[in-house]
Amino acid sequence: MSLLEIRQLKKSFGDLQVIKNISLKVQQGEVVAIIGPSGSGKSTLLRCATMLESIDAGDILYLGESAFKTDQEGKPHKVTGAELKKIRSYFGLVFQDFNLFPHFSVMKNVTDALIHTQNKSKEEAYDIGRKLLTKMGLSEKENAFPFQLSGGQQQRVSIARALALNPKVLFFDEPTSALDPELTSEVLKVIKSLAKEHMTMVIVTHEMNFAKEVANHVIFMDEGIIAEEGTPEEVFGNPKSDRTKAFIKGYH
Amino acid sequence: MDLLTLLSNLSDGMIVSIQIFALTLVLSLPLGLIVALGRMSKNPILRNFVKVYISFMRGTPLMLQLMVVYFGPYYILGLSMPRGYRFYAVIIGFALNYAAYFAEIYRGGIESMSVGQYEAAKILGYSKMQTFFRIIMPQVIRRIIPSITNEVITLVKDTSLAYVISVTEMFTVARAVASAQANMMPYVAAGVFYYVFNFVVATVMEKIENKLSYYR
Ligand SMILES: Nc1ncnc2c1ncn2[C@@H]1O[C@H](COP(=O)(O)OP(=O)(O)OP(=O)(O)O)[C@@H](O)[C@H]1O
Ligand SMILES: [Mg+2]
Repeated sequence: MSLLEIRQLKKSFGDLQVIKNISLKVQQGEVVAIIGPSGSGKSTLLRCATMLESIDAGDILYLGESAFKTDQEGKPHKVTGAELKKIRSYFGLVFQDFNLFPHFSVMKNVTDALIHTQNKSKEEAYDIGRKLLTKMGLSEKENAFPFQLSGGQQQRVSIARALALNPKVLFFDEPTSALDPELTSEVLKVIKSLAKEHMTMVIVTHEMNFAKEVANHVIFMDEGIIAEEGTPEEVFGNPKSDRTKAFIKGYH
Repeated sequence: MDLLTLLSNLSDGMIVSIQIFALTLVLSLPLGLIVALGRMSKNPILRNFVKVYISFMRGTPLMLQLMVVYFGPYYILGLSMPRGYRFYAVIIGFALNYAAYFAEIYRGGIESMSVGQYEAAKILGYSKMQTFFRIIMPQVIRRIIPSITNEVITLVKDTSLAYVISVTEMFTVARAVASAQANMMPYVAAGVFYYVFNFVVATVMEKIENKLSYYR
């Protein structure tokens, strides 16, 4: 069974159909990179998958469990209550602009949800937090506040915060595009190390070399559809559609 | 009359002033938050009702509102209120009035929060309540403290308005003593009292503001 399956997803904002008809599957341990021009619907796709947006049609399933229930008119509605909580526990999301909690220390950013949404004890949560911060190269910073960190450090804290809840799949929406170029590599390095540990990840990115290196599967989105997909070798090395060719060429 | 007698005459009034101040804050700060939530409600009836309420409270003199609360039950409803109602009327009037001002301050603070904070909390599994009280409100309070300070300082001076329904707070007493003795001293003492009171309030608020300034 796929860890994540998206079936015939459609999503409009008013008259603008942003996701036209997208189906995809993500297997356990897979790293999927989503590339495509600005406005093609990449963020919207992630926001639908993480239930930050409602959807107009289709279904999203985590481990075969549907995150939406379709009513008589065929309109999908988010599941609620305990079901919603369970589905949410399957995924994490790393935002482009981090969205750390500025009033919490680094350690509290990472552990607060563990303590207050998963009822872990403070000791247990801090153990998890310390391990993750060490892994992110931030063990010195546990008592710092987000404003005292560089963008790259803040993004690593937000990755630790997402990992603390032990999600089965982690989504990234352009995790480095709010960063100065010299800070990008430290974040990409962390994501690469997660890929080595077979963390399942879906990453929207404009970093083509990174996508090529880290992904098992690349999806090229254009105007709300998947215009092309395949292994990095296929999509980057031998793209079939002209749109893909033109897009990739624009990055060299 | 020597200073000591004067002060002891005024001290009862001082205590009443401080009571009005403290009770108003204790009631209007939470009430203001509830009013703010009503003002931002998705329900248009509630939202507009609260909007009108706020507009009346801010658009008419507090002095007039105190009189309505005090005389209203008798003149409008024909109810004769118990003797101690005078003081309660002041507290009710002040609390309702200040809640409206605080509500708009809360609303400004809450609306200034980025959606990213809500979305991050949602993804991390916080409930709506937890998001509001753990993530949103602590940041809102930090942002609105300077505006709250302004209102609190105004409140210290506004307590003197209770004289319109003859509640014997500081200013009422000072006026009575001054006219009985044809002497300015009580007014001077009252002025000193309000100034010192406000000085203490401003110092406390500054302490709170500094305490909350550990992050940016
Ligand atoms: N909440 C919204 N309301 C209205 N339109 C929206 C909303 N969110 C996105 N859109 C529109 O949907 C389209 C797709 O946006 P989306 O953010 O998904 O693109 P993207 O592929 O992530 O682009 P980028 O690479 O610039 O991040 C855009 O035209 C955008 O203006
Ligand atoms: Mg985007």
